[in-house]
Amino acid sequence: MNPVNYLYLAALLFTIGATGVLIRRNAIVVFMCVELMLNACNLAFVAFSRMHGNLDGQIIAFFTMVVAAAEVVVGLAIIVSLFRSRHSASVDDASLMKL
Amino acid sequence: MSATAAVHSLWTTAAAADPISRIDAPKIEYGQLAPTLIVVGAAVLGVLVEAFVPRRTRYYAQMFVAVVALAAAFAAVVALAADGYGTTKAGIVAMGAIAVDGPALFLQGTILLTAMVGLFTFAERRLDPEAHGNRVDSFAAQAASVPGSDSEKKAVKAGFTTTEVFPLLLFAVSGMLVFPAANDLLTLFVALEVLSLPLYLLCALARRKRLMSQEAAVKYFLLGAFASAFTLFGIALLYGYSGSMSYATIAQVVDGTVQDVSPALADTMGNDALLLVGAALLVMGLLFKVGAVPFHMWTPDVYQGAPTPVTGFMAAATKVAAFGALLRILYVVLPGLRWDWRPVMWAVAIVTMLAGAIVAITQTDIKRLLAYSSIAHAGFILAGVIATTPSGISSVLFYLAAYSFVTIGAFAVVTLVRDAGGEATHLSKWAGLGRRSPLVAAVFAVFLLAFAGIPLTSGFAGKFAVFKAAAEGGAAPLVVVGVISSAIAAFFYIRVIVLMFFSEPRPEGPTVAVPSPLTMTAIGVGVAVTVVLGVAPQYFLELAGDAGVFVR
Repeated sequence: MNPVNYLYLAALLFTIGATGVLIRRNAIVVFMCVELMLNACNLAFVAFSRMHGNLDGQIIAFFTMVVAAAEVVVGLAIIVSLFRSRHSASVDDASLMKL
Repeated sequence: MSATAAVHSLWTTAAAADPISRIDAPKIEYGQLAPTLIVVGAAVLGVLVEAFVPRRTRYYAQMFVAVVALAAAFAAVVALAADGYGTTKAGIVAMGAIAVDGPALFLQGTILLTAMVGLFTFAERRLDPEAHGNRVDSFAAQAASVPGSDSEKKAVKAGFTTTEVFPLLLFAVSGMLVFPAANDLLTLFVALEVLSLPLYLLCALARRKRLMSQEAAVKYFLLGAFASAFTLFGIALLYGYSGSMSYATIAQVVDGTVQDVSPALADTMGNDALLLVGAALLVMGLLFKVGAVPFHMWTPDVYQGAPTPVTGFMAAATKVAAFGALLRILYVVLPGLRWDWRPVMWAVAIVTMLAGAIVAITQTDIKRLLAYSSIAHAGFILAGVIATTPSGISSVLFYLAAYSFVTIGAFAVVTLVRDAGGEATHLSKWAGLGRRSPLVAAVFAVFLLAFAGIPLTSGFAGKFAVFKAAAEGGAAPLVVVGVISSAIAAFFYIRVIVLMFFSEPRPEGPTVAVPSPLTMTAIGVGVAVTVVLGVAPQYFLELAGDAGVFVR
């Protein structure tokens, strides 16, 4: 199968993720959409890696996974602490500092 | 498509030929990587200290480790620069991952000094009143406990402190040291995350106003992760365009001077959409980090909500690191594309300068005011970036060094002005501060004058250098806009000075806490650098000028 099709899929997944970040209101869901964007990047890396016939892209995919895992640790810690003090994980409720 | 056939042959020939009998060990130049390695090692050591040293002595152990590490790393940077690694011996190390050259060493030195000053403000323990006989700093007793809950009260009573901030600071610094020196896109991305993740956590750790602090952390985290996803997709597209992660190879492909063109590369090289979209997404991620309009939305909220020592450190050091990375991307990777990125950066710089200066006028909170001022300053620095001349690089380096010390000093002063609820950040409470404590008000006035770019302060020398470089680089209209927005910005800086010195102090106004020598040192260094760089900038301008050549 033509690897370019995987790029179209990656772009589609990335767009879905970005749209989700912009329209969803729950911090956890927003965060999951960011993870979807990172995975779309991974798919693009692997597809490009195959097109170019070098392994750089596949190596980067591993690094991205590790970074995404680290981000989950930090992100969930922050979101859970916000949820425990407010009993809400809505990003709209967090507006103490609006002008 | 011909590319797929080539890939299959690669896979099959690899299987048919001899299996890989040995893998050569990578060559790592430990000496030239010493500054980063020292800081990473100390950060790991800090985690161990957190695990094994008794709570009573942890603070002192962490302080010791952090101070020694930052000082040693700075000494290593100076030694490397003295050995000529910034000029004649500049080169690419660690198998092409890191560049050791003038701009990298200059920015690493700046970041390390800034981090040292920031560390002093982190360690300050005399500003808050003692809680149950224990001295407390600006960080939560126990970050995991819910604000106002019993477990928080217990933690405060037991005298807990979050000494994890010191290793977190060191991890962030290690990312910042790599960020401007990264020489391939993977290193750039990993450094971006290593510098960001600790900062997200640090933002959530304030002792007072914890809800606001957590809110700031969530906003910073979600927007930061969103921006880094865009950066990563940009990296993916640039990799797809050039078939390589290395800055030098990508630059050759962009220029069209690449030597051996495989069929797959010939195919993707012709696709300008990959290059343009990839470069745009990558630069967007960096502009988010420097806080340029239209990617600035996080700046005011995060600067206001984060603990003030963290805000000062973040505002100063992150900006230095991110501008370093942006310079390298634009000057080393994408010079062949400059006719495309220059107009875009023109627009970004103009909007950033004007929006930062105009919106700052309406602010009533001193930390938000400084946040918008930092946005305006990002615009001024971008004007130097656009110059695309050697003097553009050196002027940006000088501006960053000058700006970071002013910022960290200004936020250190903000930690001193306090009332019952902690820091009194509302501007109305600063009225008449100059009559109550003339010294603190005078010091803050010096910082504000430096922000405004009044002569005899470092702000003037920096702005002059940047605007001169921009004008010589053919961006004269940008200089006009820059001067206009400087004038707008000067209005609200002067307004704060007038408020401090020429209005009646309120009877229930805030008090100025007497800090320990730590914060005094931080503020003293800030004032000293501001005045020295303002009165006698020549030596430092020459230093930045000597350092202003990228290795490729």
